[in-house]
Amino acid sequence: MKRLILLGLLALGAVAVLLPFIWMVSVSLKPQSEIFTASVTLLPRAPTLANYWQAVTQTAIPRYLLNGVIVTGGILALQLLVSVPCAYALAHREFRGRGLLFAAILAALLAPFHVTAIPIFLGLAHLGWLNSYTALILPFTATAFGLFLLRQAFARIPAELIDAARVDGLSEMAIAWRIAFPLAMPTVIAFAIFSVTAHWNDLFWPMIATTDPDLATPPRGILFYRDAESGDEPGPLMAGAVLITAPLVLAFLLSQRRFTQGLANTGLKG
Amino acid sequence: MTLRESLSSLLLTGPAALALVLFIFLPVTVVFVLAFTDYQIGASGAGWVGLDNFAQLFGSRLGRNAIFNTLTYVAIVIPASVGLGLLVALGLHGLAGSLPRITNALKAVYFLPVAATLVAMAVSWQMLLHPSLGLVNTWASALGWPAPLWLSDRDLVLYTLAVIGIWQTVGYNMVLFLAGLAAIQPSLYDAAEVDGATGGWSRFWLVTWPMLGPTTLFVLVVTAANAFRVFETVATLTKGGPAFASDTIVYALYREGFVYFKAGYASAITVVFFLALLLLTALQVWVIERRVHYR
Repeated sequence: MKRLILLGLLALGAVAVLLPFIWMVSVSLKPQSEIFTASVTLLPRAPTLANYWQAVTQTAIPRYLLNGVIVTGGILALQLLVSVPCAYALAHREFRGRGLLFAAILAALLAPFHVTAIPIFLGLAHLGWLNSYTALILPFTATAFGLFLLRQAFARIPAELIDAARVDGLSEMAIAWRIAFPLAMPTVIAFAIFSVTAHWNDLFWPMIATTDPDLATPPRGILFYRDAESGDEPGPLMAGAVLITAPLVLAFLLSQRRFTQGLANTGLKG
Repeated sequence: MTLRESLSSLLLTGPAALALVLFIFLPVTVVFVLAFTDYQIGASGAGWVGLDNFAQLFGSRLGRNAIFNTLTYVAIVIPASVGLGLLVALGLHGLAGSLPRITNALKAVYFLPVAATLVAMAVSWQMLLHPSLGLVNTWASALGWPAPLWLSDRDLVLYTLAVIGIWQTVGYNMVLFLAGLAAIQPSLYDAAEVDGATGGWSRFWLVTWPMLGPTTLFVLVVTAANAFRVFETVATLTKGGPAFASDTIVYALYREGFVYFKAGYASAITVVFFLALLLLTALQVWVIERRVHYR
């Protein structure tokens, strides 16, 4: 009996948490007449996909989604390209300045992106690089968090394994990419989930670095669309919100454990 | 160390080190310098103004308002989000043994807002809270309750944003608490039982709560740090309004710097924001050290 009450309370809380999701999907499936009515209902009476059709064919939402893929993909690729060799060297090589570099990474962990935004904006403006994919991607190349995570993962690889690869004549760069990188795959995936989620969802930097709607990432784009339709088309707007939220939510539902770990161990860093 | 090896190290670490300097250390230094100037974005020069920007932030009605709003928001979100996260985790932990599938499904539901795109969800919240087309006020009037203007009432807007903030972070705290609960050894409960703690409450106060202490402190600091950065919901739903009633420190930073182009003043806001976060981080390090000590 006590267990049943507990379950009931938890389920009630879950419904409350789900309400914005249910409402978003529900409105996206409602015909216009069911949205602008005095008798608002939770679920659509005559569900239709017309709003999705309009969102996909008559708005720039597909463009925003594509921008999201380009920007998050570009950021992750650059971050890994720069961080994997460095993290490998930190974990398995002796060199002058290693201690200093590691201390610098720990110090850099303390600075959230908001702190560096103004000078980076000024620098990009000076170079004339604002309003470009470069402006959206390049500043995130430096990831103290990625460097730190990867270094910790690489340090768990036995030194004998690295030495054996050296004896086989592999170059250091080849060891980093062909030995260390695949062995640390679980960490790489956790970092990838963190990075892609953070930048897919980010609004702060896209609002600063771009004014061109053609470059808008999904969150920036949905706001452009909302401000343009100004309350006349809530149906397609909600359909757009569903389309923007869907990729990450689906990925989360498909691999809950990895997602929870990727975000829970890392969520503090923005 | 041969030259070859040094070159090899430089090749491996150089790009990352350069990126760190270019995109983190240099900008942080510049922001600390700009904070003491009256530089405007686009201007050809700037003058040294000493502490004027800080005086403006702490002395003006608008600056104090942003700080006060942020602290209010943080003060609401912390206890509610941490408390609810703990309650949900305790409930799910208690049910996990007998109903593993349902527990897992509930866990996924509570975590969903953490993974979802906050801006898109805020747009959905806006529709949910819409004065005439929204579900909340429709239900409220059906029950004969007042139907307030959740996002355009000056006295209400900050609380509405806080509720959305709580909604978004409960699942995250739940996951941290579940990990903390899983780490408590069952033998401790047996020992407590021998000592006469048989009821749920006495078990909780004697074993669970003290053993969760370090986790709780950690969750508190993480929640505070995240609440302090509130920006997305403000930018999406209120733009700091109405009449600056929901203006927060990061939104003020954005507005002053990138709408009004007052780079000097915005840098001062950034510095204050950064120092506050550093203080929290120092607290966090202290907490983690205590956690290690505790085990």
